[in-house]
Amino acid sequence: MSPGSRNRNYIVENQRLAARESCLRMRALIIQTIRTFFIGRGYLEIETPNIIPAPAPETHIDAVSAANGFLHPSPELCMKRLLSAGYSAIFQICKCYRGGERGRHHLPEFTLLEWYRAGADYMDIMKECEEMIRAVAADTGRGDRIEYMGREIDLKGPWQRMTVHEAFQRYSPMPLEDALDGDRFDEIMVLHIEPGIDISRPLFLYDYPPSLAALSRIKRSDPTLAERFELYMGGLELANAFSELTDVDEQVKRFENERERRRQLGKADYPFPDRFIKELGNMPDSAGIAFGIDRLVMLFADKETIDDVVSFTPEDI
Amino acid sequence: MYTAGELKKGLKIQIDREPYIIIDFQFAKPGKGQALYRCKLKNMINDTIIDRTYRSGDVFEAPNLEERKMQYLYNQEDELCFMDVNNYEQSILTREHVGDATNYLIDNLEVYILFFEGRPIGIRLPNFVNLTVTRADPWVKGDSATGDNKPVTLETGYTLRVPPFIEEGERLTIDTRTGEYVTRVKE
Repeated sequence: MSPGSRNRNYIVENQRLAARESCLRMRALIIQTIRTFFIGRGYLEIETPNIIPAPAPETHIDAVSAANGFLHPSPELCMKRLLSAGYSAIFQICKCYRGGERGRHHLPEFTLLEWYRAGADYMDIMKECEEMIRAVAADTGRGDRIEYMGREIDLKGPWQRMTVHEAFQRYSPMPLEDALDGDRFDEIMVLHIEPGIDISRPLFLYDYPPSLAALSRIKRSDPTLAERFELYMGGLELANAFSELTDVDEQVKRFENERERRRQLGKADYPFPDRFIKELGNMPDSAGIAFGIDRLVMLFADKETIDDVVSFTPEDI
Repeated sequence: MYTAGELKKGLKIQIDREPYIIIDFQFAKPGKGQALYRCKLKNMINDTIIDRTYRSGDVFEAPNLEERKMQYLYNQEDELCFMDVNNYEQSILTREHVGDATNYLIDNLEVYILFFEGRPIGIRLPNFVNLTVTRADPWVKGDSATGDNKPVTLETGYTLRVPPFIEEGERLTIDTRTGEYVTRVKE
């Protein structure tokens, strides 16, 4: 390579990184707003280790190995141990790591916001989600509507709420039961439901089959459903929340199921999260949520790919 | 053998015993759900385009494809004959397989022929070929109606627009990827 062309490559590289500045400013502002929002509501901001010995066994989430353990795919287990220890309202903004996830909306290292509240259930968290995003809209000067990819999203309440059953009835070519039996739930979700949903307002998709909610509480009024929701906005999956499962025996059973499915798929087995399980009996009724910060920035910066809203992608370093 | 996680734009895989190239690729994954690999694929034999969604665990054969350097010999109606420059073996391709490449095929031109399972299925031309102008109308200076270029016909029968100073009998370099004039050949 000639010195000239090397120099030119540096310039192109610099321009590409420099072009992200407005998104990075948006990102910084959003994170600051979120911090202010939770601190103002009495939440304690905490940090938990990124390297953990035993991630939650979940069939389709692959933890990345690190020295002495794994990079956490989410801070969920440590945060719940804090709930068990008596912390009643906590939040964390941290990097999380998931193997094999790279695409327009995925980075193998991404930024997650999680918050948990004792005494709350998933419906309370839905409400808090709406309030948080409205606070972000206000602080970024957007008022009650944003435009994403040429389409308007109305943030005025109440947002759409639709059960998973209803979504399948409306958009799926096959009934929910058949999709579950044929292991085609995710495929239907991606190919039929996500493209079908009305994006003029954010949508909470809620009440999932328990087999798809390894850490969530079963609905008291209907044991065939788990208290889980997902938030969709502008066609992006933004967040996943539960009324948290506090039944120790049930949690052990669910984890064993997930481990068995991982084994069947030839995926890595993790050490069992014994200390989390031991302390789960002390955890009060709570609800919590994992919320993708990068995708929220995509929405507010009106960007089609996650690459545009981080300083470096894995390919840039 | 490829796993679903290795799929990406440009990769060639075999489906139902035919070679396909991935022309568009998207990774999708619900947070708690399984990874889905959405592909738009082009059949490398007949150019048919299909959509497929794969999941982790799916595996794919690499198609048995081979590119050989060959020389164009002659055509007989719809069949074109090429000779392997290494072992002198001859292969026949149909016009359908060759497509627009006939615009640039002159005797003895060296090209790459793509074989699938030993069967010729396609052609890759050099990026630039030199061809002789067999017909060029004289340029009428100041004729603004034709703009700053004029049509000429090359020895292969291909017609294209070139600068007005090009004359019959001249050799031109043509970019086979765009079909456009590049320069005059200085001999």
